[in-house]
Amino acid sequence: MQAFTTLTALVAPLDRANVDTDAIIPKQFLKSIRRAGFGPYLFDEWRYLDRGEPEMDCSNRPLNKDFVLNQPQYQSAQILLTRENFGCGSSREHAPWALEDYGFRAIIAPSFADIFFNNCFKNGILPIVLPAETVDRLFKELVDGYQLTIDLQAQTIATPSGETIGFSVDENRRYRLLNGLDDIALTLQHADKIKAYEAERAKRAPWLFREA
Amino acid sequence: MPIRGIAYLLVRDGTPRVPYQRETNMAGKTLYDKLWDDHVVHTEDDGSCLIYIDRQLLHEVTSPQAFDGMRISGRKPWRVARNLAVADHNVPTSGRAQGIADPVSRLQVQTLENNCAEFGITEFDMADIRQGIVHVVGPEQGATLPGMTVVCGDSHTSTHGASAALAFGIGTSEVEHALATQTLVQKKAKNMLIKVNGKTGPGVTAKDIVLAIIGQIGTAGGTGYTIEFGGDAIRELSMEGRMTVCNMAIEAGARAGLIACDEKTIEFYRDRPYSPKGEDWNMAVRYWEKLHSDADAKFDKVIEFDAAAIKPQVSWGTSPEMVLPVDASIPDPTQEADPVKKQSIERALQYMGLQAGQKITDIKLDKVFIGSCTNSRIEDLRAAAAAIKGRKKAASVKQVLVVPGSGLIKQQAEAEGLDKIFIAADFEWREPGCSMCLAMNADRLEPGEHCASTSNRNFEGRQGYGGRTHLVSPAMAAAAAIAGHFVNVAEEA
Ligand code: SF4
Repeated sequence: MQAFTTLTALVAPLDRANVDTDAIIPKQFLKSIRRAGFGPYLFDEWRYLDRGEPEMDCSNRPLNKDFVLNQPQYQSAQILLTRENFGCGSSREHAPWALEDYGFRAIIAPSFADIFFNNCFKNGILPIVLPAETVDRLFKELVDGYQLTIDLQAQTIATPSGETIGFSVDENRRYRLLNGLDDIALTLQHADKIKAYEAERAKRAPWLFREA
Repeated sequence: MPIRGIAYLLVRDGTPRVPYQRETNMAGKTLYDKLWDDHVVHTEDDGSCLIYIDRQLLHEVTSPQAFDGMRISGRKPWRVARNLAVADHNVPTSGRAQGIADPVSRLQVQTLENNCAEFGITEFDMADIRQGIVHVVGPEQGATLPGMTVVCGDSHTSTHGASAALAFGIGTSEVEHALATQTLVQKKAKNMLIKVNGKTGPGVTAKDIVLAIIGQIGTAGGTGYTIEFGGDAIRELSMEGRMTVCNMAIEAGARAGLIACDEKTIEFYRDRPYSPKGEDWNMAVRYWEKLHSDADAKFDKVIEFDAAAIKPQVSWGTSPEMVLPVDASIPDPTQEADPVKKQSIERALQYMGLQAGQKITDIKLDKVFIGSCTNSRIEDLRAAAAAIKGRKKAASVKQVLVVPGSGLIKQQAEAEGLDKIFIAADFEWREPGCSMCLAMNADRLEPGEHCASTSNRNFEGRQGYGGRTHLVSPAMAAAAAIAGHFVNVAEEA
């Protein structure tokens, strides 16, 4: 997993609440058995005027010119600014895979759906929760070429006007993301504890341990 | 927090209800506290915990990348027998003998089979009578039991909470983590109790209860919480109905829903293939009997509903919270003060092709779907069949699909003659799977088509590109198929 330390990047505004994971990556793309290559299909139904299919070449598809990511000033944006309850709906990890493959490394919103929020950290994306008023203010401030600098170590966002906005990420997640650590390897450091738990649990609930 | 601090709410149908919050400081444990405490392997300094996972369910869509990860790192499943796999999302619901026509779907289903064979995991394949929707199969087989922690790479894993199991959906990275370590790193959620007091009126089902709850608390109302559903109206529900309620906890934003264990729960699990046997059974029952919140348990939030005030529900928009009683009219965005909500309503009306003020009962339907992990159990099929009353589907309705949740449910329904009732009404009787719930197989809506659906999500494009979904109960779906538009099933009942 890619580590996240600091990021200075262009911000794209997606001014919608309750953006669900079906919108982030429509289900026809879930048939892929790979982890990469979802970026061209990110927000497929909003981004293109035709219907996307897996493995389609997107270079000649008709674009929805009104959709924010198709506007020239937001090309190469790596920070997504959006509204409440982002990432609701299905648990598909294809949503953060698509966002990451497209190039987004951070998402700022007043709130996120829980499963999506978790999945971001496992894929090198930093979801940042800010108060709704602050998010609203950022939407209003946003002009062409608007960049933010995010520092995960310091847990701050610097705006072009020189303002510093604080945010917080829980310690464990911050550590893993700062270092790009593999969760499974970290957990397996506790293998003895897992075995001890199983031994003790097998006494309380033997019916769960009758397996071959 | 949409409803924090609100002492009294008027709901949209004009019926007053009194949701309130209660702060208590007593020592008892909630059901969620008990399940959590029973599964903590290790606690980190920041409060995140390593939680033991008793059961993982796998399906073809969210597992291939997890198995790949296992292969790349050379890891083996920690406890192979704790995993159970079934293909459901992509499988065809007709013409199975010809296999899967779509090559991409076929590859995904085949990949699950290959992975299960390679790692030694039990899989119910398409030819197996036990095959079905993963959340229907788990309880049916006794593979998800009270007191367990249950995970699956699918958000509707919350369904299994109806059996007093702590069950929640996870992403693919976590699928791999659970495979490799039998644990997950989790932070404990807060406790919410939703109490549905009193008795529901005629024609009001578990689906209507949960839709009404979501309509009121919103799709983010339960975010950060585990919701326990309680109260007389929940106790009254069958296990099937309770599964319908917990299934949609995720649509209220909660990863997990829970219902206390009682005699119905225990009876449900007696003699299921994976249920404990003999002395194990007695011991398990003694443990299961404790799986309820203590009388003095502390909840972070309590919301109460009056069951008698709940009417049959129909969703009109593109989010499950956009739901109304069947006798209501489509909302008018100009009446909405909040600009974000106003915009959402406008967008939804445009997508759905509906007008403000239009009566719900005037919405014409093109297709009807009876199925999904929300409503494809035997009780749901019985309710749908009963609503037909010897009539046929309206000529204006192009297609009515009835898709049982598993092969065993299909068999049971056929033994009861339900298939004949459906076929006589010109409904199509299909093979088990997710089908038009998310339209990954050939069953889908065409752009602009309105569908009465017993599934759980009405997002844009969910049932097919441009398709317009209305979430309803099985009885409402069947009645709407007959009439060609929604009807007040409370009056019919
Ligand atoms: S029936 Fe629908 S909601 Fe349930 S698991 Fe299948 S696709 Fe998901």
